[in-house]
Amino acid sequence: MIKLEGINKTFDDGYEALKDINLHCNSGEITVLIGPSGCGKTTTMKLINRLINQSEGKIYFDGEDISDINPVELRRSVGYVIQHVGLFPHMTIEKNIGVVPKLLKWEDDRIKTRVNELLNMVGLDPETYRQRYPSELSGGQQQRIGVIRALAAEPPIILMDEPFSALDPISREQLQDELVRLQKNIQKTIVFVTHDMDEALKIADQIVLMKDGVIVQQGTPEEILRYPANDFVEDFIGQKRLKQVQDIPTVGEVMNEKPVTISPTRGLAEAMKVMENKRVDTLIVVDNDNQLTGYITVYDVTQAFDNVDQHVKDIMHTFQHTINADMLLSNAIRMMNNLQTPYLPVVKDDGSLVGVLTRGSIVGYIGTAYPSVKEAVVN
Amino acid sequence: MRVQIQDYFTVFYDRMPDLVNGLYEHVILTVLAITLGCLIAIPLGIVLTRISVGWVRSLTFNVTNVFQTIPSLALLAMLAPLLGFGMKAAIVALFLYSLMPILKNTYAGFDAIDPDIIQSAKGMGLHSFQRLIQIEFPLAIPYIMSGLRLTTVYIVSWAVLAGLIGGGGLGEIILAALSLNNKPLVIASSIMAMILALVADFCLGKVVELFSKRSQPKTQQI
Repeated sequence: MIKLEGINKTFDDGYEALKDINLHCNSGEITVLIGPSGCGKTTTMKLINRLINQSEGKIYFDGEDISDINPVELRRSVGYVIQHVGLFPHMTIEKNIGVVPKLLKWEDDRIKTRVNELLNMVGLDPETYRQRYPSELSGGQQQRIGVIRALAAEPPIILMDEPFSALDPISREQLQDELVRLQKNIQKTIVFVTHDMDEALKIADQIVLMKDGVIVQQGTPEEILRYPANDFVEDFIGQKRLKQVQDIPTVGEVMNEKPVTISPTRGLAEAMKVMENKRVDTLIVVDNDNQLTGYITVYDVTQAFDNVDQHVKDIMHTFQHTINADMLLSNAIRMMNNLQTPYLPVVKDDGSLVGVLTRGSIVGYIGTAYPSVKEAVVN
Repeated sequence: MRVQIQDYFTVFYDRMPDLVNGLYEHVILTVLAITLGCLIAIPLGIVLTRISVGWVRSLTFNVTNVFQTIPSLALLAMLAPLLGFGMKAAIVALFLYSLMPILKNTYAGFDAIDPDIIQSAKGMGLHSFQRLIQIEFPLAIPYIMSGLRLTTVYIVSWAVLAGLIGGGGLGEIILAALSLNNKPLVIASSIMAMILALVADFCLGKVVELFSKRSQPKTQQI
């Protein structure tokens, strides 16, 4: 969606703010630019709506070079939220939200409908708030208006420059939650600048860590936490957060790597025999390429047993949910609880089976991780 | 000539046409000078906020400051030979006086706008003229109006001196009455000038209030 290629920025005073930035922000995702102050994160963001122009390099929206677009037109199609809200104090909330739609010459009725819709979206009653001035609202409410003002003309891209950093911790958390909730519905391409790692981990699909005008690491929150690229990243994330994550095992460490499987072309008597031998009540069905295809239970087999023509593939069920070996065990356990399922198959990205996470394997892991008190005393 | 106390009251009635005419000329002098001052000083103030060259700004402020420091009587005396006696010279002198306070307030009004607001307006895609008209000017108006209020009160009182160079207005009546030792008329015309200044101050005060109320509502919620 947004692509930055070979961006260099040297300011008039000779300060090199950005050095060879290459960045890709996916459509419908929140990309968080994070780093210590002076790392160039805000500069990078301002390149995107051309508040600053790069010295070298190209920026593309869906393949279109933005230096070919009139900056004023460009900015009307890119929502913009800044740290200190930037609401216009002499305009009512309604007028504030309607600024860009008005610039785009929307009909008055359409603007009014849109304003009501947006206010409802963030839980502010339009009747109460439409005619108020920004100074009559609390900081959190003002920033909600700031966010929905950026959404007003339905721009595909939204830039947010430390939008919540001036708020008290409670409002900040609320707004972060709301942003995540909103994003589920609106699916915008959001570029979000912050210096707060907790905020980044909470809202980001992609995190871009910057330092001294260079991108140090880019990846999902999970990747950054799990595989910090260097000491700087580790320091920036903080030992506490790293420890929390790295202490939690992945599904891959806990799962049963040799689940009892059967081929879909086998007969039912054979399936029954396997179950008896291995003392299990369920068999996972994989084809010859080890692709996960489904499962059968002992009840299915006994019910259809008399029918000699039937094979495993005729009575098997398919899995509704599978998990990845990289998933944190804590997340997998939560998933099993929510789904009320005793086990989950673990697959690779290509769909091939690598193991199965069962309640038994979890208990087994806990047994080794936390030796019993009795054992400890004996030793 | 013996002056009796009731003369101080009857003079308003006896000399009504002269006083009204003087008041009328006085208003004209003031309004013209202020209007000219606004036409020059407000745009100039806006231009100054946009100029990044520091010396242009300080030069402009210094020049307008110099006008302010010339004693008003001296300025009128200097302008009379140049522009001739009469209303024209008086208006020019008063106009020069009005420049500095209006300019300073306009500049301060624009300068006081939170840069974040400008940044956010720019980021939302308002081009520079729209920013000026829709955002910056409305935000600077309370400052500009309070500068205008101050200037108007000054100009009303300085306009009295215009009488010295035949500029008309209440000043001319005061001077004439003074030379005739007509105390009631001196007092009456001075009172008229004072009332004019007070009324102008009150009215413009109301206008300033109106504008500041719009941009900063009293009720604050945290």
